[in-house]
Amino acid sequence: MIWDWSAFFHYLHSPYLLTGAAVSLGLSMGAMLIGLVFGCCAAMMRMSERRWIRTPASIYVWLFRGTPVLVQLIIIYTGLPQLGIKLGVLASALIGLGVNEGAYLAEIIRSGIMAVPKGQFEAARAIGMTWGKTMRIVVMPQAMRIIIPPLGNAFNGLMKTSSLASVISMEELLRRTELLVQVQFKVLEIFIVAALYYLFLTTIWGFIQTRLEAYASRSVAQSPSARTSTPVAAVAIPSDAS
Amino acid sequence: MSATSEKREIVVEARGIHKHFGQTHVLKGVDLSVEKGEVVVIIGPSGGGKSTFLRTLNFLDKPESGVIKVAGMTMGQADGGTLSDAGLSRQRQQIGMVFQQFNLFSHMTALQNVMCGPIHVLKTPQAEAMADAKRLLALVGLADKENNYPGQLSGGQQQRVAIARALAMHPTVMLFDEPTSSLDPEMVAEVLQVMLDLSERGMTMVIVTHEVQFARKAADRILFMEDGRIIEEGRPEAIMGSPRNERTKQFLNMVLGEV
Repeated sequence: MIWDWSAFFHYLHSPYLLTGAAVSLGLSMGAMLIGLVFGCCAAMMRMSERRWIRTPASIYVWLFRGTPVLVQLIIIYTGLPQLGIKLGVLASALIGLGVNEGAYLAEIIRSGIMAVPKGQFEAARAIGMTWGKTMRIVVMPQAMRIIIPPLGNAFNGLMKTSSLASVISMEELLRRTELLVQVQFKVLEIFIVAALYYLFLTTIWGFIQTRLEAYASRSVAQSPSARTSTPVAAVAIPSDAS
Repeated sequence: MSATSEKREIVVEARGIHKHFGQTHVLKGVDLSVEKGEVVVIIGPSGGGKSTFLRTLNFLDKPESGVIKVAGMTMGQADGGTLSDAGLSRQRQQIGMVFQQFNLFSHMTALQNVMCGPIHVLKTPQAEAMADAKRLLALVGLADKENNYPGQLSGGQQQRVAIARALAMHPTVMLFDEPTSSLDPEMVAEVLQVMLDLSERGMTMVIVTHEVQFARKAADRILFMEDGRIIEEGRPEAIMGSPRNERTKQFLNMVLGEV
């Protein structure tokens, strides 16, 4: 028998693999949150007027984008104990994936913020908003429109990259798949099931991402003459100006 | 409303303002004092420092030297020294500003734009802020556009919303930075009319503009600024009728010649 359908269907609802998939999802979400915190901080720091604030953030982005995340994970889990820093599997995976992701998100967030016209910032300052309020109430909501699509893609990527945590013995989907294969020998069936789980996660996320993008650009969708709207949208929606 | 009884109260005072952008000396010691209810119009050729000077008044551009006092506060200065970001923001609440590019918050409707400052900065209750915002939108003739996003409004309408947004903070003084320069000609009048109404209500205003005819009508005083200095100032009829300075004369001939 080349392909064992009954084994395939058996593993398709295996609680062992399902739990692994749930761990993968949780790990990705946790790493994304850490990444967002690091990414936001680094993005703000890189836009500072002061060099001593800018430089550390630039080094961070350069370092973590310039080296493989797999190497970073192994250094954190296997290498750091040599310096007396002992992190558990979960902590290592979360920090490794999260901090690495933050370096990429920093660039996404920074470019989104820089795409908001300077006048928006000045107008907010002129009505007496502090820097923090200006960012929160005026700049970020507009930047989100630009940031969300690449951010969603980053999360899609992260769900797949999370499989690298298997090399530091994190029992997520891939690790569990490998463990199962070692005792059950249905290599192709089990790995196809794992692949389908990943596909399921990324597909669901794809739907959510579409919704998020629509929500973030709701004011643009209603404004035909906004500069950021596509020509097609501009033609499709009648002008309301009288 | 008559402001004559309080004519001597100084609302804006700038003394010895200097500013560089890189190597360029943009402001070379500018002085100005504006009385309560007074409308001061600054004219002059592009690149003369008019807009920069206006922007130093609310510290959007910080001057390198000189003192600016608005409504009794020394801008950017606390008792102990330099003012914090929060302190400077509090000072700016007293100063309304209208920009050449309108700069309405593009993700908010007209009403939300006007309510934004009172709610987030002054912590005005929602209902009160909304009532005030609606009143102000009616004042600028846009009561029926409150739910439109900036992208759905014409330039003139956007600029009138921007004026309402600044007024919502109940500022002591209003600054206008070339408010009609990016408008189509047919929309200039509606914005100037709103500004004229404001001046008649006794609002203290400092206006940078190229609309010399408007300056003649609305200004209590006209300043001619060139090369980072105020070269000539006086009442509109004096400046327009018989400018003393040769450069002012040339400039006015050029501008008025086109009209």
